[in-house]
Amino acid sequence: MTKEMFTGAEIFLKSLEAQGVDEIFGYPGGVILNIYEALYNQDKIKHYLVRHEQAAIHAAEGYARVSGRPGVALVTSGPGATNTITGIANAYYDGYPLVVFTGQVSTDQIGNDAFQEADIVGITRSCCKHNYLVKDVKDLARVIKEAFYIATTGKPGPVVIDMPKDILTAKTTFDYPKEVKLVGYNPTYKGHPLQISKALKLLREAQRPVIISGGGVLQAGAHHELTKLAQLLEMPVAHTLMGKGTYPESSGQSLGMLGMHGNYWANFAVVHADVIFAVGTRFNDRITGCLKRFARDSQVIHVDIDPCSISKNVKVDIPIVGDAKNVLSAMIEELTSKPFTIDHVAKEKWLKQIDEWKQKRAIPECHSNKLSAVKVIETIYEYTKNFRPIVCTEVGQHQMWCAQMFKFDEPRRFITSGGLGTMGFGFPAAVGAAVADKNALVINIAGDGSIQMNIQELATCMDYGLKVINCVINNGYLGMVRQWQEKLFNKHYSQTKISAPDFVKLAEAYGAKGIRVEREEDIIPALKEAMESGCSVFIDFVVENFEMVYPWVLAGQPLNKVLLSNDQKVC
Amino acid sequence: MSTLHTLSILVTNESGVLSRVVDLFSGRGYNIESLTVAPTIDRNYSKITITTIATNEAVEQICKQLHRVIPVLKVSDLSVNDAIEREIVMVKIQVKDEDADKILRIAEVTGAKVIDITDKNYTLQIIADEKQIQALIELIKPYGYKDFVRSGKVAMSRS
Repeated sequence: MTKEMFTGAEIFLKSLEAQGVDEIFGYPGGVILNIYEALYNQDKIKHYLVRHEQAAIHAAEGYARVSGRPGVALVTSGPGATNTITGIANAYYDGYPLVVFTGQVSTDQIGNDAFQEADIVGITRSCCKHNYLVKDVKDLARVIKEAFYIATTGKPGPVVIDMPKDILTAKTTFDYPKEVKLVGYNPTYKGHPLQISKALKLLREAQRPVIISGGGVLQAGAHHELTKLAQLLEMPVAHTLMGKGTYPESSGQSLGMLGMHGNYWANFAVVHADVIFAVGTRFNDRITGCLKRFARDSQVIHVDIDPCSISKNVKVDIPIVGDAKNVLSAMIEELTSKPFTIDHVAKEKWLKQIDEWKQKRAIPECHSNKLSAVKVIETIYEYTKNFRPIVCTEVGQHQMWCAQMFKFDEPRRFITSGGLGTMGFGFPAAVGAAVADKNALVINIAGDGSIQMNIQELATCMDYGLKVINCVINNGYLGMVRQWQEKLFNKHYSQTKISAPDFVKLAEAYGAKGIRVEREEDIIPALKEAMESGCSVFIDFVVENFEMVYPWVLAGQPLNKVLLSNDQKVC
Repeated sequence: MSTLHTLSILVTNESGVLSRVVDLFSGRGYNIESLTVAPTIDRNYSKITITTIATNEAVEQICKQLHRVIPVLKVSDLSVNDAIEREIVMVKIQVKDEDADKILRIAEVTGAKVIDITDKNYTLQIIADEKQIQALIELIKPYGYKDFVRSGKVAMSRS
């Protein structure tokens, strides 16, 4: 009996189905019309039409971050494909699994400067985990299988599949491979037992240990293991921006975020620690400050699934390559297999010392009678925390205030662009989050600059009845850059004063709800109204222009040079 | 301190792999001194040999990054091992009659071969390591040369 033949477009959909994908984000165009035709004739895969290809990728990433499953996006060739670059680079940097399908001109036209042709495999080479140009329809199913495998294993990341038009119309049989064979790709999951023993010995003997918990803990789903080990060994835990929610922030042992805008005490604990136990972090310059001064007097244990991260920035004494969940479980198992002792007196002294540092807090300063951004964000947190919100942010001052003020006891609830620092990420990511968890309260906290980068996604929200509450912290400036200009460039506010449309009217023009808040007593009623609204909302919080984010460790300074207020001089 | 490193990289033989490997160098601002690539006996794989001048730390990082590239199977930094290295050099010299004997003698002592002779030019070929190649270059310099090409190094470990 001859097997049934399918077109490449049909194989694309059948492969997604076999992969368990039921929701994708995309934007149609000339060379991928065959896929859109195939989509039209089925009801298993739901396609969300965005308003810009960049937003499709961010939405897919938001989806991946909340659901833990890979996000999928589909765009056309040429500009459709090049518009995805920022989104792909963002997911690559923060390590979230995406499979991005781009259309391509027919194989016989590739390289001939055809209409809407772009060498997307060449362009994305340095910003994705892997990419493919499919040159034979017989390879398509295998390539898709491999792409999902690569995207979701090891350190997750985006994989791009470029599909020429003639591949989508060519026919072949469909067999979705059961296994993936990639000789050159074998991520290490299990930590080396000897290294684990060495690390445990060091941690048991440590007098002033501190854990730095990063996004890798979240990715591996290792937050329970991390919490348990921290409790067993009585270690305080600082987290990176990406590691938010990997350790319950309501716990007394949590130091909150460290780094440039991290807590004073978290930075001091890291500076004075004798052992730093870093799990799933790349030691980005935003958390180490001056590299030469980082961990000068401490031993460093570093667990990471990506060997490239180890000893890249910070020289590591005990490296452990492996998956955080695997390694931490192995550590707990070895530790609890026999009775062990730790120096409670030393640990108590250490925690007491940290408690003393905890008295040093940034003092919010708002010099006018306008609303304080800090107050707004604090109130949003206090009012919404019992609803278990998913909080997305854009990039800038509001992002750091959110990271400081919002406290999470579980992962996958705080969605923010860390490594790449992409303005315009938050809103489309919130769209993806709302798709991934349809019952969740999804809030995007944005600046008046960032929100204007992907504001068009309000139309997507309205189309699909997705509800995102956009809280625009509107200070009339690109606040974070302005903050640097104030402190480091003699208040020369070069090109940072930025105008914005009337967000209330704009929301209404899209058919959404718009609310303006200018007084403190209106914050909660506005939030209440927004939560009761049946559609997406813009709340325009008109705040003080010149508020600053503190604590602040200036770029290149060591972590203990923490500025807590505007009065402190730069030294 | 920056030194010369020879990296031997086993990859799957498919389009785009060389770009992926080379991008890692250019993306980090390292210059490639020489580069060779050819299929292995099993034509599904290719061997890339790259020489570069960099610090040990930088090379260690490059090697880790290379391992990250999916079609890369194996990376060896041959500079830390005992390695056997060879390179082909061809040099075309315009020979005056009175110099002919001297050129032939240089070829003889350096182990080079005369592979082509026209009425004006001698072309020498040498298959050798860096030291011998440098010796040949020094010896022929006084006679001037019309063309000079080297293949880039191939290398393998002795063990």
